[in-house]
Amino acid sequence: MTDALVTLDGVTKTYSGITALDGVGFSIAAGEAVCLAGENGSGKSTLIKILAGVERPDRGKIVFAGKTQGPLNPRLSADAGIKVIFQDFSLFPNLSVAENIAFSAEISHGSRLVRRGRARALAAQTLSRIGVDIPLDVAVETLSVAHKQLVAICRALATKARLIIMDEPTTALTEREVRVLLDIIRRLKADGVAVLFVSHKLAEVLEVCEHVVVLRNGQKVAEGPATEFDAASLTRHMTGRDVAAQPPAPLAENAPVLLRVEGLNKTGIFADVSFDLHAGEVLAVSGLLGSGRTALAKALFGLVAPDGGSIRLNDRGVPLGNPVAAAEAGIGYVPEDRLTEGLFLTQSIVQNIAIGRLDAHGNAAGVLDWRALLGEAGDWLRRLSVKAPDPTAPVRSLSGGNQQRVVLARWMARSPKVLILNGPSVGVDVGSKAEIHGIIADLAASGLGVIVISDDLPEVLSTAHRILVMKDGRLVQGFASGQVSETELAHRLAS
Amino acid sequence: MKIDWTRNETLVALVILAFCAAAAASDPGFLSVATLTDLLRGGIVLGIFAVAAMIVLISGGIDVSFTAVAAFTMYVTAMALNAALPGMPWWGALGFGMCVGALLGAINGVLIAIMGLPTLIVTLGTLSIFRGFMLTFIGQKQITTLPPGMREFGRMMLLRGENADGSFYSLHGAFAVTVIVIVLTWFILQRTMLGRQIFAIGGSVESARRIGINVRRVQFFVYVYVGILAGLAGVIHASMARVANPFDLVGLELSVIAAVVLGGARLAGGHGTLTGTILGVALIVLVRNSLIVLGIPSTWQSVAIGLLILIGTGLPAWQAKRAAARSA
Repeated sequence: MTDALVTLDGVTKTYSGITALDGVGFSIAAGEAVCLAGENGSGKSTLIKILAGVERPDRGKIVFAGKTQGPLNPRLSADAGIKVIFQDFSLFPNLSVAENIAFSAEISHGSRLVRRGRARALAAQTLSRIGVDIPLDVAVETLSVAHKQLVAICRALATKARLIIMDEPTTALTEREVRVLLDIIRRLKADGVAVLFVSHKLAEVLEVCEHVVVLRNGQKVAEGPATEFDAASLTRHMTGRDVAAQPPAPLAENAPVLLRVEGLNKTGIFADVSFDLHAGEVLAVSGLLGSGRTALAKALFGLVAPDGGSIRLNDRGVPLGNPVAAAEAGIGYVPEDRLTEGLFLTQSIVQNIAIGRLDAHGNAAGVLDWRALLGEAGDWLRRLSVKAPDPTAPVRSLSGGNQQRVVLARWMARSPKVLILNGPSVGVDVGSKAEIHGIIADLAASGLGVIVISDDLPEVLSTAHRILVMKDGRLVQGFASGQVSETELAHRLAS
Repeated sequence: MKIDWTRNETLVALVILAFCAAAAASDPGFLSVATLTDLLRGGIVLGIFAVAAMIVLISGGIDVSFTAVAAFTMYVTAMALNAALPGMPWWGALGFGMCVGALLGAINGVLIAIMGLPTLIVTLGTLSIFRGFMLTFIGQKQITTLPPGMREFGRMMLLRGENADGSFYSLHGAFAVTVIVIVLTWFILQRTMLGRQIFAIGGSVESARRIGINVRRVQFFVYVYVGILAGLAGVIHASMARVANPFDLVGLELSVIAAVVLGGARLAGGHGTLTGTILGVALIVLVRNSLIVLGIPSTWQSVAIGLLILIGTGLPAWQAKRAAARSA
């Protein structure tokens, strides 16, 4: 490639003895979309930080438009036209949309005084360039996730952008918002802007990228045109092994009914929901966003109070709309958004697991038996193979897959009878995803009833014994596993 | 214009109006120029302190050492000018105080911005150190004879007059200094990139670093600026009281921060307005000066202020929560 915009050569970075990147080199041309694929911990984030000037490589050469760069810092990278959209967007929640979009540009101008008119004009112009309409004066903290992301994209575009790096841009977006984003990326490419796309979602990656670079354990393990890769080969390169989707082991014929839901009803959200869940069964409830699937999941665990209907566990009624009673009856719920609903991010891993078991390890006076509590938590960490350097480290420091395992571990420590998993592998890399599916299968094999709420069809097909399709708040159809193909199921969901 | 009931400013302004109405009802003499000038006088030092506390809150930190900086500065300035520079005019005395304050603020700045230590812990430490150092090594005795410059400043009045009933009223010259501090701070916060960067790091330090804001420099500025304002407030306090008492001022810091929070600044950083801060200070001064007019014993002052803080900050938060629950 002669007209490379950015070239990396032999970039190496170690953190206190651990090699995060080992001699990685590739190049990106103007107007090209390159996908950087890799599991958590493969060195993707480090590479992004090095390009952004946040971290400095120990060795290696970085060339921007034919010029070898010395030590970088965020300013130098930005001035060279390298813009990073971080996974958390790195916006200022307290400032207005206009100010967020124009902030980098204003700093680059080097003026000491605020030029509000200029900033607003720039923000309005950038928003219209990608064809979206967001009020300029509202504080960013009041926006939806999708809009926050658009603001982050606009900030990257507001100044001369030559390479935009997007770190997991689609994790928080719905299907439709992802479409919009991919369209924006296509438009950027037509303008000659290069895009480095970092994502777990293999389908999207192959749709917009011309070139794929795969990292594993800090090394480049594969590189080539996107046409040479498919989901299976990409997965193989990322994980270094074959992660084959296998249908679940068949359910015992005489499995008893564990959970019976009858006529569950919530005006305007879902209606007349009835189903049985057998011991050892994995039941998938699949539906598009807005089909009422999350409300149903929450209603089963009592987080949403239904207007009518009944839930019976082992033939005993479970009070509706009462999560504490549901948990006592033996129902567990792992929420979709584990960051805000499921975990105490700044507290340690063991404490996060132990929190569900405080009452079991307190004596009559309410004094905790810490040793037993922590011992049990550590035990679950091992059984669910959470990769944690130190169980006393904050949960925040773990990868997405491992965080999900911590949430699971907390519930398992309570030995529930029914576990409801809402989007169990959202934001989790392929390798961990396969492991989570393995865990689901193990849980079911041990006699639990598992309900998986998901719109990830391969996941649904490879984990569930039975699939219920939810549409407009009603369960419209049921399939046994193996009865339906992925395309057919997709069609049922959408039609 | 639509009134935004979820804003603290609205609520504080209403409470101030209600308070004045109640005071006027129980004492017709309350609504007078003399009351107003009294209140303004009471807001001079508190106002400067509050502006300083607000700018730290906006940057995402918290500073509790500013009262110690002020006390230290006031005592050292009075002593140094008496001993070495008795001929220094009033503006020289203020300038000297600002320099001493800046030096002490720079100590906070080095610990917080350069070494990256937590702001509350650092300033709790320096609060104690500045105060203890002054009392141990510099002196504990009141300085009743202030240097001529400070005495001159203490006698300056913007206006003075006589009421119909024969009583006198006056507005101290230092009020102009508070006004200048407010205008200057408004300019820095709203009209300079430095000010916007203070808001930015209060919103998210990591984001600020990633778009290339020099976080250390901005933080260092914040703590030096707070030191300058605290030093200024210290010298003004001594000049107006006509005595430099080393045991003064320290202890006020939490009331000041409370006034700022009452005005809508958030302890989490990134939010705060000068209007809110001025209203917060006004309310606290009003309560301190005028509770007695309402026939409420002065020992109830702190209870009243505490209630105001709970209601003034709790009500908007509760309303915001209800609004969020409705929209969900």
